[in-house]
Amino acid sequence: MGFEVIFKGKNFIRLLSGLGVALRISVISVAISIALGIVIGMLMTLKKPVINAVTRVYLEIVRIMPQMVLLFIVFFGFTKMTGSNLSAELSSIIVFSFWGTAEMADLVRGCMISIPVIQYESSKALGLTRLQTYIYVIIPQIVRRLIPLSINLITRMIKTTSLIMMIGIVEVLKVAQQIIEANRKSAPKAAFGVFAAVFLLYFLACWPISCLSKYLEKKWEN
Amino acid sequence: MEPVLKIEHLNKKFDDFTVLEDINLSIAKGEVVVIVGSSGCGKSTLLRCINGLEDINDGRVLLDGETVNPGSRNLTKSREKIGMVFQSYDLFPHKTILENAILAPMKVQKRSRKEAVEEAMQLLDRVGLASRKDSYPRQLSGGQKQRVAIVRALMMNPEVLLFDEVTAALDPEMVREVLDVILDLAKQKRTMLIVTHEMSFAKAIADRILFLDGGRIIEDSDPKEFFTSPKTERAERFLRTFEYEK
Repeated sequence: MGFEVIFKGKNFIRLLSGLGVALRISVISVAISIALGIVIGMLMTLKKPVINAVTRVYLEIVRIMPQMVLLFIVFFGFTKMTGSNLSAELSSIIVFSFWGTAEMADLVRGCMISIPVIQYESSKALGLTRLQTYIYVIIPQIVRRLIPLSINLITRMIKTTSLIMMIGIVEVLKVAQQIIEANRKSAPKAAFGVFAAVFLLYFLACWPISCLSKYLEKKWEN
Repeated sequence: MEPVLKIEHLNKKFDDFTVLEDINLSIAKGEVVVIVGSSGCGKSTLLRCINGLEDINDGRVLLDGETVNPGSRNLTKSREKIGMVFQSYDLFPHKTILENAILAPMKVQKRSRKEAVEEAMQLLDRVGLASRKDSYPRQLSGGQKQRVAIVRALMMNPEVLLFDEVTAALDPEMVREVLDVILDLAKQKRTMLIVTHEMSFAKAIADRILFLDGGRIIEDSDPKEFFTSPKTERAERFLRTFEYEK
């Protein structure tokens, strides 16, 4: 079934390093998305018309555009247009952060406005300062709502890195294709085994994150 | 006797709409004042102006002779001395009952955890909820939550307690347990301002009844007098809405 191909030569190490590329791009993009998403999400709750208009257009663009189109625009379009030499990896980090920031900002905004006004008022009435109110009352509640939602976004981002082979990055899926190609003669049916291995690797990358989310949800259920 | 709380010529507007007009009031230590009136008359807004949750347009609110509203520099300091319990039992959902009670004493008054916990347990015991100290608000009934909210306000040892329709969101069978707690506080000679629609409760607890209508204090009288022979026709009409005849 092709499982033997996986362990032939350096194949398995190559698959792992392919996964490493995918995860590196995911981790960097997720970190940028969370940081920028929190800032933009907070800006969105200020109810300033200009900010609202800009963020709304931004969000709609991200929602409407397939990630692949965004990748092509940045990697092929943008570099051709400006004559700059943007690497494929940097392009994908830009695209993934652009996408992740929009979704993260929307999640942060949603969580922030879901905290009832009375929570702020009762904290005030108890004499808590604005800063204390945020630290002890508001932010813990936002984080509890935000974490399960953002973990869902993170796993989606990891999975979607399988698209970046389209702009020439050798990540896990591309390595798999190369292995299958190289062994076409000796093991013509290797595809199933190799792709199954890829499936397993993605699973191992995302499963712990989703377990963490379940654990936290349960812990904070009260 | 020097009043604890004094309100002078308070005016409050929402845009062009006048909510409170020339409110003058002084409340002595240990006095229980019940504010009644039809909805929209400004009762809740009055309470919110007293602890500075609402800005006021004119006049001032004084606590122990110090201005609380309009927002003085030590507003948070003054708020410690004015406890407030809201209609929608607004406990912090991510904290246990005990943590809800000790948060402000520890963070605002910088009391030690041990001391805060001790006092919280005493007060929780007094309202019959000591055994629920590790529960979360979600696990309690409305009446229980409201009792915890009262404990949380008491933990700050406020000089004045404000109750804003604290039983309005409760199921009828839970109203009693909350009102009993407030009656108990009255026996301890706490200074309280209570907004309520429970007329029999008002009759039982009040030292003084304020009747608000259209943002003005129309009557300021002894409860017996108010309920049997109100001075104004408007108060009479208001009281009649609570009676049913076949």
